[in-house]
Amino acid sequence: MSVNQVSVFLENKPGTLNKMTEVLASHNINIRALSLAETSEFGIVRILVNDVFEATNILRENNLIAILTPVLAYEIEDKAGDLNSLLEKFTAANVNIEYMYAFAGKTRAYMIFRVNDTKKAEALLNSKGLKSLTQEEISAV
Amino acid sequence: MGNYFQEEIECAPIEKIKALQDELLPKQVRYVWENVPYYRKKMEAHGVTPEDIKSTADLYKLPFMSKADLRDAYPYGLLAVPLKDCVRIHSTSGTTGKRVIIFYTQEDIDLWNDCTARAIVAAGGTKEDVCQVAYGYGLFTGGAGLDGGSHKVGCLTVPMSSGNTERQIMFIMDLQATIICCTPSYAAYIGETFKEMGYKPEDIPLKAGIFGAEAWSEEMRRDIEKTLGIKAYDIYGLTEISGPGVAFECSEQKGMHINEDHFLAEIIDPDTGEVLPEGTQGELVFTALDKKAFPLIRYRTRDICTLTREKCSCGRTHVRMTKPKGRSDDMLIIRGVNVFPSQIETVLMNNGYAANYQIIVGRINNTDTFEVKVEMTPDMFTDNVGEVQARRKVLEDGLRAMLGIKAKVTLVAPKSITRSEGKAVRVIDNRKI
Repeated sequence: MSVNQVSVFLENKPGTLNKMTEVLASHNINIRALSLAETSEFGIVRILVNDVFEATNILRENNLIAILTPVLAYEIEDKAGDLNSLLEKFTAANVNIEYMYAFAGKTRAYMIFRVNDTKKAEALLNSKGLKSLTQEEISAV
Repeated sequence: MGNYFQEEIECAPIEKIKALQDELLPKQVRYVWENVPYYRKKMEAHGVTPEDIKSTADLYKLPFMSKADLRDAYPYGLLAVPLKDCVRIHSTSGTTGKRVIIFYTQEDIDLWNDCTARAIVAAGGTKEDVCQVAYGYGLFTGGAGLDGGSHKVGCLTVPMSSGNTERQIMFIMDLQATIICCTPSYAAYIGETFKEMGYKPEDIPLKAGIFGAEAWSEEMRRDIEKTLGIKAYDIYGLTEISGPGVAFECSEQKGMHINEDHFLAEIIDPDTGEVLPEGTQGELVFTALDKKAFPLIRYRTRDICTLTREKCSCGRTHVRMTKPKGRSDDMLIIRGVNVFPSQIETVLMNNGYAANYQIIVGRINNTDTFEVKVEMTPDMFTDNVGEVQARRKVLEDGLRAMLGIKAKVTLVAPKSITRSEGKAVRVIDNRKI
């Protein structure tokens, strides 16, 4: 199952990221993971949050552009070599990664992948024995 | 086809209109000669007297007037009647220089109201309609012009003026308004707000909109028609000649009929002043044939368009003008190329963006810089930087293809470009020339 990531358009200037966090904070939305891609003029923030629909709605209400993007999340051991084994399976399945980011919990680590065709990639990786996390599972982390 | 306010003159045979103009013009020239010393001096300097003007065929002999004359003669120099006979003034927005004041007698107001009434009826308006006027009221002619026309037609007139969009929407819904009159950018904004509030086009009681006072593209028209679920009609006018209603669109939407029983139109070469044949693009020039207080002769509008006398299937015989390509006041010259904001709007709408943009022109090392700020929309946004950049590039290529010069497109946050609820501020020119 893919997970919904919230992707937000921000202008590349002081205060814009803070405006987004302020909106989320005021509605008690917790950010679980965050990655930021920037150009000289704009940035795209990708976040995993505890309530994607609420987050998207309130961001839009506050004149921010927010869309939902499907991403694949995998859990690995928080130890040397485990990301490598995970990525070997991506290679074996011939799945191209558009971008990725990660966060670590107390004992486990979580890898978030954006791929071109999420459903197809998920099936290919599944056949290599990889089971992606559901929205509930990632929220429960 | 129906839908005429003054069928007899709106659909009169062309010969009859010509005869009327031939009769009115010499009288009006004599009237101005006798009552406006400023114009009399101008005619004398030009070597022409009222005796030389026997019909519209002699029109070319008369000198032009321009905004500069209005400024020179400010405030009373072009007034043709005593002030006590005037009942109203309006004033231009003064964005391109000193404010200009235009005076009206009651007759002037009446003929102007007839013109806007024709526009409302052409858009399907009857006394059954509720007409919400969301143009600004005040010195600007928009509010008063459509208000007067709406009264003549007998619509229930809702004099909202511009601004306070949620209240506009409340009145549209509560009074079941069927016609709305405002600037196209404000119509688009009202549409956007309706959408945000969760209304679908079929929930909105409006059936027609009459929009003018700024340049707008066909794409913007389609967009407004879709969001509000209406038919959108263009109206044209300028305060100097009276206000909105100098020309208006009929149901055919193939150009605007000029009310030529009152306003005589010509197209000239803007560089040489030479009168151009029908169908040629050039600058629009107006002569007010029967205005009393502020009767301008051969006034150069700076608007670039073409005229056609081809038969219109609506039944009206009055000459039609194309939507002005741009007002030369709005026109920018960037790196030597003429750029009209309406062209930029067309490219934006064709590429899936809304018409929320701002043009910023500057100059670095004697070269013009040209930036277009465009508001990002949810439809054009993706989580992929490369994809967003690629779409931005498509937009830049589109602008280059339309204008012939390169513009830098900057994507900005929604609603970050100031929305004016009257006229949109589209251009920031930082060049010190």
